[in-house]
Amino acid sequence: MKTLKGTVAGLALSLGLATAAQAELSGTLKIFSDMSNPAPRAVMEQMAEEFDAMHPDLSVELTVIDREAYKTQIRNFLSANPPDVANWYAANRMRPYVSAGLFEDISDLWAEPEIADALASTKGAMTLDGKQWGVPYTYYQWGVYYREDIYNELGLEEPKDWETFKSNCQKILDSGRKCFTIGTKFLWTAGGWFDYLNMRTNGYDFHMALTNGEVAWTDDRVKQTFANWRELIDMGAFIDNHQSYSWQEALPFMVKGEAAAYLMGNFAVAPLREAGLGNDQLDFYQFPSINPDVELAEDAPTDTFHIPSGAQNKEAARAFLRFVVSADNQTKINGGAALGQLPVNSGSSVDDDEMLNQGFEMLSSNSPGGIAQFFDRDAPAEMASVAMEGFQEFMVFPDNLDDILNRLEKARARVY
Amino acid sequence: MNLAPETGSSATSPGASESWLRRNRQALAPWLFLAPGVIFFLFYVIFPILQSFNLSFYRWDGLGDPQFIGMENYRELMDDRAFEVSLWNNLKWLLLYLLAIPAGLFIALFLNQTVTGIRLYKSLFFFPFVISQVVVGLVFSWFYDPTFGLLNQVLAWVGLGPINVLGDPTLVTYGIIIAGLWPQTAYCMILYLTGLNAVDPEQVEAARLDGAKGAKMLWYVIIPQLRPATFVAFVVTIIGALRSFDLISIMTNGGPFGSSRVLSFYMFEKALSEYGFRMGYGAAIAVVLFLIMLCFIAYFLWSMYQDDKGGR
Repeated sequence: MKTLKGTVAGLALSLGLATAAQAELSGTLKIFSDMSNPAPRAVMEQMAEEFDAMHPDLSVELTVIDREAYKTQIRNFLSANPPDVANWYAANRMRPYVSAGLFEDISDLWAEPEIADALASTKGAMTLDGKQWGVPYTYYQWGVYYREDIYNELGLEEPKDWETFKSNCQKILDSGRKCFTIGTKFLWTAGGWFDYLNMRTNGYDFHMALTNGEVAWTDDRVKQTFANWRELIDMGAFIDNHQSYSWQEALPFMVKGEAAAYLMGNFAVAPLREAGLGNDQLDFYQFPSINPDVELAEDAPTDTFHIPSGAQNKEAARAFLRFVVSADNQTKINGGAALGQLPVNSGSSVDDDEMLNQGFEMLSSNSPGGIAQFFDRDAPAEMASVAMEGFQEFMVFPDNLDDILNRLEKARARVY
Repeated sequence: MNLAPETGSSATSPGASESWLRRNRQALAPWLFLAPGVIFFLFYVIFPILQSFNLSFYRWDGLGDPQFIGMENYRELMDDRAFEVSLWNNLKWLLLYLLAIPAGLFIALFLNQTVTGIRLYKSLFFFPFVISQVVVGLVFSWFYDPTFGLLNQVLAWVGLGPINVLGDPTLVTYGIIIAGLWPQTAYCMILYLTGLNAVDPEQVEAARLDGAKGAKMLWYVIIPQLRPATFVAFVVTIIGALRSFDLISIMTNGGPFGSSRVLSFYMFEKALSEYGFRMGYGAAIAVVLFLIMLCFIAYFLWSMYQDDKGGR
């Protein structure tokens, strides 16, 4: 824990003045954060310092907790010793705390024009029961990251439709490589494939209805999604033994050129580049359309800040949230030198990075269907764990599908 | 002031209480020394066990108010396939883990000789028990790795196809048990090495005069004398098998698709992991595991009691 009172007063001058009106804030602002990896940690510490410098009477106390440990600790500190601001995730992942009354309803903040207009695209992800419970600070696109050099070598185009997607894959297979690398040891990566296949087969609304428990898993439309998935599995599109690898352990297959592409979030770009893939070897395309009747929708998980309902200094906490989402701050913290992700404020600019620009372009102009969070954030935790286990099993033993779907249906009956 | 009678009475009444303390000193002293231990045991062991029993009748996510649902959690366990898989895997662990006892015995017999450098060999054999289970798990994960692992390289030399031990639902539990046997065998070996030190040389001498050697000597003379070591090895191995958790968590995370779970891991998943927080259901699994353990614990206690009676 660290008190930053009055450390970098000069920085205040260089900042956007969005929060100038709340200059009279006083007391202590306690922030608990899960931004524990080196780059995010630096971002968080910087934000805390700047906010502290902007408010002379306010002292900011920042506690950074290891990201994995945070997932269990949040339950304790929210009920026993709540800070004023805490990190978490959007959509159903915040449901337990909203239901238990541990998150503050901040619909008032979302009613303010600056936030309502600039953050409109992420409002859905922050809304439960018709109210807003937090603000986003970053998000990133999902999509197919592929080996440009292999595609060039084989004369392949970025696919726009399912047929090209499959014929590309066949050519890659014929050249002795696998089409996709994936590591399903920790299950969630398979959730990404399901998200895309289901959103492309049945559309965003259906996908949301399914993750909300309104549609049976044994529904024929769900079966169609799995039938499409099975086409890829039967071709041998995925690397062998993926059930034994984590997502990082699956990266070398792509780096070594044994697999041509990876359906992943933008966070995979950094390790791929570090492993030696240059800009002419790595590129990105949007998951192609399968059913031309449904609009394209994307996965773009959003990380968030919340005010616990037991917070002591809610005024300062609200001011901090305004500061976090302000256009200037968003540009800065999502820049390539910091988080290297997409800003949530529509007034911010995106870092000049090939992948980020393509991702931003895709999310802002080519995902008319909507933006989903991710399977394990859209579906309740318990359903997600059972379902993702089923996806993994399906990818290894596709013949077990009926059994898997019946199991999921049973879980659905219990969970919702 | 009437001091005399008062002093007289005060001399007798505290004297009486002192003598009660004094009279019962022998009986009280052990309890006083035991008190801290007993209090901690009650508070940190017995009380949580009772709490778990109680919690298993509730539906609770750890945040809101617990909701009493009676035997509902247990009814759900009855037709939960993941639970069934965990139970079977626990049984496999129990049976196969016992292999550590004979394996440890034979290594101990092998190492129980006076040869130059025997201490080094003993240390090398004992080494796996010293390193953390997490490291053991990682080492075996690399060993089993389907693409780069040593196991498949060796199999390839003798012309056998690659196998994915940790990715195959039928093999995975055995693969993890083998990893677990490595340190457990070392543990049993140490127990037997100490046991062998206590073997009575006169009895061995007498047996030799009677013409016993080799397997007969081992079976009728040595092993009976190793009974205490065998008992301890049995206890720690059974308990080790039932507590198996770290290796599973490190090597497979319960997968592929839950086929390497055991009860303790399943309980953790349901109650405490990222997608869990079904405290009541987790508690119900814990209760089942506890009842299984209770059978063994009862047997151990009974057996120790019998020994005590016989020994005195």
